[in-house]
Amino acid sequence: MKFRVYRYDPESDAAPYVEDYDVALESTDRMLLDALIRLKAVDDTFSFRRSCREGVCGSDAMNINGKNGLACITNLKELKEPVELRPLPGLPVIRDLIVDMSQFFKQYHSIKPYLVNDTPPPEKERLQSPEDRDELDGLYECILCACCSTACPSFWWNPDKFVGPAGLLQAYRFIADSRDHATSERLDNLEDPYRLFRCHTIMNCIDVCPKGLNPTKAIVKIRDSMVKRTV
Amino acid sequence: MSGLPVRKFDAIVIGAGGSGMRASLQLAEAGLSVAVLSKVFPTRSHTVAAQGGIGASLGNMAEDNWLWHMYDTIKGSDWLGDQDAIEYMCKMAPQVVYELEHFGMPFDRNADGTIYQRPFGGHMANFGEKPVQRACAAADRTGHAMLHTLYQRNVRARTQFFVEWMALDLVRDADGDVLGVTALEMETGEVMLLQAKATMLATGGAGRIFAASTNAFINTGDGLGMAARAGIPLEDMEFWQFHPTGVAGAGVLITEGVRGEGGILLNCNGERFMERYAPNAKDLASRDVVSRSMDQEIKEGRGCGPDKDYVLLKLDHLGPEVIMKRLPSIREIALKFANVDCIKEPIPVVPTIHYQMGGIPTNIHGQVVAPKNSEPNEVVHGLYAVGECACVSVHGANRLGTNSLLDLLVFGRAAGNFIVDQALKTKAHKTLPKDAGDRALARLARLDGAASGESVPVVANDIRKAMQAHCGVFRNQQLLDEGVRKITELEQRVQRIAIRDKSRTFNTARVEALELDNLIETAKATIVSAAARRESRGAQARSDYPDRDDTNFLKHTLWYRSGNRVEYKPVNLKPLSVEAFPPKARTY
Repeated sequence: MKFRVYRYDPESDAAPYVEDYDVALESTDRMLLDALIRLKAVDDTFSFRRSCREGVCGSDAMNINGKNGLACITNLKELKEPVELRPLPGLPVIRDLIVDMSQFFKQYHSIKPYLVNDTPPPEKERLQSPEDRDELDGLYECILCACCSTACPSFWWNPDKFVGPAGLLQAYRFIADSRDHATSERLDNLEDPYRLFRCHTIMNCIDVCPKGLNPTKAIVKIRDSMVKRTV
Repeated sequence: MSGLPVRKFDAIVIGAGGSGMRASLQLAEAGLSVAVLSKVFPTRSHTVAAQGGIGASLGNMAEDNWLWHMYDTIKGSDWLGDQDAIEYMCKMAPQVVYELEHFGMPFDRNADGTIYQRPFGGHMANFGEKPVQRACAAADRTGHAMLHTLYQRNVRARTQFFVEWMALDLVRDADGDVLGVTALEMETGEVMLLQAKATMLATGGAGRIFAASTNAFINTGDGLGMAARAGIPLEDMEFWQFHPTGVAGAGVLITEGVRGEGGILLNCNGERFMERYAPNAKDLASRDVVSRSMDQEIKEGRGCGPDKDYVLLKLDHLGPEVIMKRLPSIREIALKFANVDCIKEPIPVVPTIHYQMGGIPTNIHGQVVAPKNSEPNEVVHGLYAVGECACVSVHGANRLGTNSLLDLLVFGRAAGNFIVDQALKTKAHKTLPKDAGDRALARLARLDGAASGESVPVVANDIRKAMQAHCGVFRNQQLLDEGVRKITELEQRVQRIAIRDKSRTFNTARVEALELDNLIETAKATIVSAAARRESRGAQARSDYPDRDDTNFLKHTLWYRSGNRVEYKPVNLKPLSVEAFPPKARTY
């Protein structure tokens, strides 16, 4: 199978370049990650991240034939040859397909991604109705792979100011949690021309999310909450 | 000294999975300076892949009792588990689950607002009478929800993470005390010496020593390799759990929660064969029992598919609502990795390597212990181990489903608390020995200097193939002895590896080469310990010694790297506060 891969090692390359590979696959190779493991066995300098190989850890996000996705759950049969592989767009490249995700995580951390509830906890669990718990579905499943944020033009332009779809999805995960007491502070934290309102509903995030989540919907709900509290 | 830069902390935690982050939370919240090192961003640790639940006798669904949980765990362990540790874990279970809920864990809920619990293999009411719903679940993503919750709580506690740092070797002085660790920053290739009053290994299991494994690529037994090279024995390494339901061919895990929710296993005749092997618990018998039964069905020609080499996991009868609500990720996995929609069709499954019951020996405070001057459990000062890399030993010869996440929470927390108490007493760091860092630097220098040699992935795959062929569900002396010979040969090949990539920047070839040093130690420990245990107990099933032999083998194995030899130490059959559960026949 033919691959065109973005290569860059700052130690030896003046500029990034594209390298062509023809990789011999076995009949058991199903996913793109299987092919990348074969490729690395031939050329050990080819660098990428990977771990769980089942779409739950979020390590092997990359740009595959122009679209962000996870290599481990991208079926080889769906891919047009030569398969063009590039690092996630909009983040600094460390080497080959490995990007520096500091900015992405900085935005995630900026939304205070933890439950805030200062009342003394009961002896047992805090009760939550199944309906209230259902509000977290479609939110808590995020794997922080950054496919969405690095597919978002608003994030490319303002990665330091716009929280981005992944961070906003998580911001709403806590706003939506009946156990969380910091909704007002969370909304204050986002009420800003950039942090939330740079979302122009381009909806690339929905299109690329490997877990089928909908950050745009979460962003709309945050905006609704802001409107509601001013009324 | 080796001239490496040195940084000092109160405590270092190596590994940012469930146990490491539960420990670091205690340390950071107590105000200690703590460094958490991880090869991957914390939420990418393998705890993320756990699916089914956390075992705790909350009694939210029906009456339950921590003593029943304790009995089930001891029976599940085939009486090899230490009863003091098991009592501590089962008694603490409700508390650590409630704490996790308070941290924000998105557990599924019952109509009354309490945490939803599902049945799981080997968890029974009233000392083995009938299945009980004890597994606290967040759909089939419990590990993901738990790992993210723990990371979030650590963000709140301002824990200092060293992300994409690989620990290389422990620093141990002439007294045998552990004073820190050498580590490689993957992005820059820099090596540093991290010095601490407490060094904790929380590096997870080594499931990647087998060819067919549910485990992530990162599970290479780094903590086990480091401990072995530092002269610390590894305990009960022959006991490896085959999870009954890995997707045939792909190895990806299908949670036991599927059977907890009512799924059943079928052979090629459409027969629910577990009724024959475990008349009472049936498909919810212990994992070792179910895996052996499946293997037996396949061996006797009742497997499914063109090669009759798998069995079927049927769950369509649960209905789309239950599947979409309780097992949504399982449907995704089956669609992606088995090409089946489990709402309509069964999933082809085979027993697949999943979990390492053995590990670095510790006591219930997470302190690493080793024999010294005829005392079998003498503390190794400064060194701690928690989670799958440790052997405390609560799982003995076979772990019950949901007890792994529980183990991470209970002993991560306990070790964290113990270190907080100790650190307050220990004022100063000990002086580093002159040779600190030498071993790690020598390993790196050899890799840099080797112009040609064996390929890392080829040698690693040969180790996996040998382990798969010689240390499978059923074992015998001839197979194991041959395996020991093969692994010994492979050890020589590991010495001759070379990598082409010499860059310092995010050199993943170097990381994989360094991991190979850990894989080979774990493989040796496993197969040598298995060859020495001439009995069947839990996950060690010997066709030549089909019975459990309490007279000769009711004891823990200790494998030493030096001399590639085994010794033994007694099992602790004495609980902390309750009556002991003496060994008896184990049926489900």
